[in-house]
Amino acid sequence: MLKETIMKLEERALNPAKAVASIKAECGKDAVGCFPIYTPEEIVYAAGFVPVGLWGGRTEIKMADKFLQGFCCSIMRANMELGMRGVYDQLKAIIIPGLCDTLKCVIENWKTAVPQVPMIGMVYPQARWNRAAEEYLEAELKRVRSDFEKATHTLITDKNVEEAFAVYEEYRAAMREFTEVACDYPLIIDARTRHLLIKAGYFMDKKLYMEEIKKVIDGLKAMEKEAFHGVKVITTGLIGEPAEILDLFRECEISVAADDIAQESRQFRTPARKEGSVWEKMAGRVIDQRGCAFLAEQKKSRGQMLIDMVKEREAQAVIVCMMKFCDPEEFDYPVYKAQLEKAGIPVLYLELDQQIESFEQIRTRIQSFAEMLI
Amino acid sequence: MTEKKTSKQMLNELVAQHYADAGKAKAEGKLVAWATSICPQELLEAMDIYVVYPENHAAAVAARKQSMDFLERSESCGYSIDICSYARVNLGYKDIMESDACNIPAPDLVFCCNNICTTVAKWYENLATELDIPFILFDTPFNHRYEAADHTIAYMRGQLEHVIGQLEEITGKEFDYDKLSEVMRISNETAYWWRKACFTARANPSPLNGFDMFNYMALVVCIRGKKEGRDLFRLWYEELEERAKKGLGPWKEGEEKYRIIWDGIACWVHLSPTYKILKKYGVNVVTSLYPDAWTIFYETNDIEGMARAYSYYHANRCVDYVSDTMLGLAADFNIDGVVFHSNRSCKLMDFTVYEQQRRLEEKAGIPSVVFDGDMCDPRVLSQAQYETRIQALVEMMERRKAAKEGR
Repeated sequence: MLKETIMKLEERALNPAKAVASIKAECGKDAVGCFPIYTPEEIVYAAGFVPVGLWGGRTEIKMADKFLQGFCCSIMRANMELGMRGVYDQLKAIIIPGLCDTLKCVIENWKTAVPQVPMIGMVYPQARWNRAAEEYLEAELKRVRSDFEKATHTLITDKNVEEAFAVYEEYRAAMREFTEVACDYPLIIDARTRHLLIKAGYFMDKKLYMEEIKKVIDGLKAMEKEAFHGVKVITTGLIGEPAEILDLFRECEISVAADDIAQESRQFRTPARKEGSVWEKMAGRVIDQRGCAFLAEQKKSRGQMLIDMVKEREAQAVIVCMMKFCDPEEFDYPVYKAQLEKAGIPVLYLELDQQIESFEQIRTRIQSFAEMLI
Repeated sequence: MTEKKTSKQMLNELVAQHYADAGKAKAEGKLVAWATSICPQELLEAMDIYVVYPENHAAAVAARKQSMDFLERSESCGYSIDICSYARVNLGYKDIMESDACNIPAPDLVFCCNNICTTVAKWYENLATELDIPFILFDTPFNHRYEAADHTIAYMRGQLEHVIGQLEEITGKEFDYDKLSEVMRISNETAYWWRKACFTARANPSPLNGFDMFNYMALVVCIRGKKEGRDLFRLWYEELEERAKKGLGPWKEGEEKYRIIWDGIACWVHLSPTYKILKKYGVNVVTSLYPDAWTIFYETNDIEGMARAYSYYHANRCVDYVSDTMLGLAADFNIDGVVFHSNRSCKLMDFTVYEQQRRLEEKAGIPSVVFDGDMCDPRVLSQAQYETRIQALVEMMERRKAAKEGR
C-alpha cells in the first residue's frame, strides 16, 4: 500500500505533461500555471482551478533563443521554450512573479512570445521590515485576484479565498510533517523519492494530493524507524534537479535530512499567522519567510538557519544545489559558505543545469565527498 | 585674471575632488554611505552623509585596467563568474580596500534602490551582513504595466518616510527638511542641464561624442545633489551648444557618417578599443537611454513625486515603455542604427535585447547588432567579434541610407 502510493506519486512527478492532462478527468478542473518562486496559489484554487508548478524540465532549446541568451537560467529558458511550442496552451492562465531580474524579463517577453496563454505578472515587496510592505502586498494580491478574474472570466469571493487558504494551510502542515517523518526513513524515502513525492503535489489538486501524502505519512509512521549508516545532509538551493543527481545521492548513501530548497520546503515551511483577514495572512506568510534568496533581509539569516538545521536534524554536511545563472542563489552562497565553514560544517557545491547530460564529474565529486564523511 | 576652465578640466577636477573628499569626510568622522547609482541620494545629502557610489568606483577601477585583482578576490570567496562585475569588483574591494586607480572609504551604512535591478539588493544585503552595518533599501516594484499602480506609489511613499526615520536613528539627529528641499532643487537643476547637454547631440553633425557622455556620466552619478555638478553640466551644455552653432562635429578629425544609439552599459574595461573601432568607421554614439536615466524630475518637496520618478528609471519599466522611448530617441536624434551590448553582467538589460531589436526593425526599419561584452570583466569582450559586428552594422546602415537617397 505504501509502496504503491509512493510509486503513483513518483509517476506523477516524472511525467508532468501527462499529470496535467489527467487533472480534468480526475477533478473536473482546468489547470493554471504558476512560475517559481512564489505565487498566490490560493487565488487560483479559489477560482476553481488547479495550480500547477512550472519549474522547467528537460527539453531542447530552440525557440527560446529568440528571447533569452544562453547565459539565462535553464528553468526559464525551458519555460519559454515550452510556452512558445504550445505545450502550455491547455493552461487557462499563468502567473509570473518578478522575483529576480530574469523573471522580470520573462514577464515582459511572455507577452509577445506566448500571447495565447494569458499571463498575470506580479511583484512581491522586498523591504519587508516595513509595515508599508505588508499593505502593499495585500493590495497586490487583490490586484492579482482582479486580473485573474478578468483573464479567466471568473468571480472570486473572499469566502472562496478563505476556503482555499484553509486547504493550503492544511497542505503545508502535512508537508512539514512529511519532511519531518521522512527523515526517519532514509531508505524508503531516499533523496530521489523525497524530491519526487514533494514535486507530485505541483501537478495535482491539493485536496487529492493531501489524501495521498497522508497515506505515505501514516504508512511510514506505522513502520519502525530505519537504521541508516550513510551520510545525512541538508540540501539548499533553487531546485534539486535533474533527478539523476539524487540517484547519485542514493548510490553514495547520502540521505536528505531536511532541505532549504526553493521548490521544496521554502514553499511550505512558514506557517500563516493566526490573526487577520485572509489577505493579511497570505501577505504575512511571505513577509515572515526567512532565509530565502529571493526575499531581501536586513541581515542575511540563511547561514545561521542552515547551521541550526544541521544541528537539529543531526546532519553532517550541507549540499548546495546551485542552478547555474541563478543570481539570487549565487549571491547568497559566499556568505553562508563562510558561515558554515566557520561552524565546521562541510559544504559540497554542485553547479547544476536542467539540461545537463553527463553526470560523471558530479558523480566523482559526490563520491569523494561522501567518502570523506563516512 | 585666471582663464576660464573648460568643462573637461572641471570634470576631471571634480571627480578627483569627489574621491578625495570622501576620504577626508571619513577621516573627520563623518558618516559614509555606499549607494546605488540612481537612488534618492537627496535623503542622504540632506543628512550630511557623504555618499560614494560603488558602481562608479568599479567603473573607474575597470577603466584604469585594475578590475582583475578585485574580480579574482571575490571569485576566490565563491562569487560566480556569472554575476554582475560591478558587484564582484566591489565585493572584492570591500576586503582589500586599496586600489591604485582610486579609493573609497569603508561605509557606515549602505543605501540601495533596486530601480536599476534586483541584483543590487542582493549585493548590498551581502555588504550589510558581512560588514555588520545598516542596510537601507528603497524598494521600487518593477513596473510590468505602463504606469505604476496606486498601491505601488503608496508603498514607495511609506518606505521613504521609514527611511527618514532610519536616517534619524543612524545619525542621531532630526531630519533636515530644509536641506532636503535645497538638495531636491539642485538635483532637479543638475538633471535639467545634464539632459539639455546630452540632447545637443540632436544637431547634425552632433557636437557631442557619445563616449564623452560616458565620461561625464561619472559625475552625474556622484554629485547630482551638489551645486558644483549643476554648474558643470550647465557649462558643458554651453560649450556643446556653441559647437553646434558652429556646425562642429564630435571629433577634431574625421566626419560623423553614422549616428547610432548605444544600448547598455559601456565596456569600461575596454573603453578605448570600443570607441576607436566605432570612430574608424565614422560611427558616433549620439545617444542612449543614459541621458534620461539621471533625469529624475519632480517638484521640490513632493516626496510622492520623487518616489514615482525613481521608480520610472527605464530598467524598471516594461518593454513597451522602453521600446517607445527608443523609437522616440531614434526619430529625435535621426538615428541610423543601434549597437546592443549583451553585457554578461546585466541580465535585466540583456534578456529583452532581442525583443527591442525586433521592434526597432519592424516599426522603424532601424538596423542593429548585438555584441558580447562586459562592463568590468576584461575576459568577455572579443575585439575581433566586436569589430565584425560593427562592420555588419555599417553595411546595413549604408544600404539603408542608399535606399533612402534613392542611390
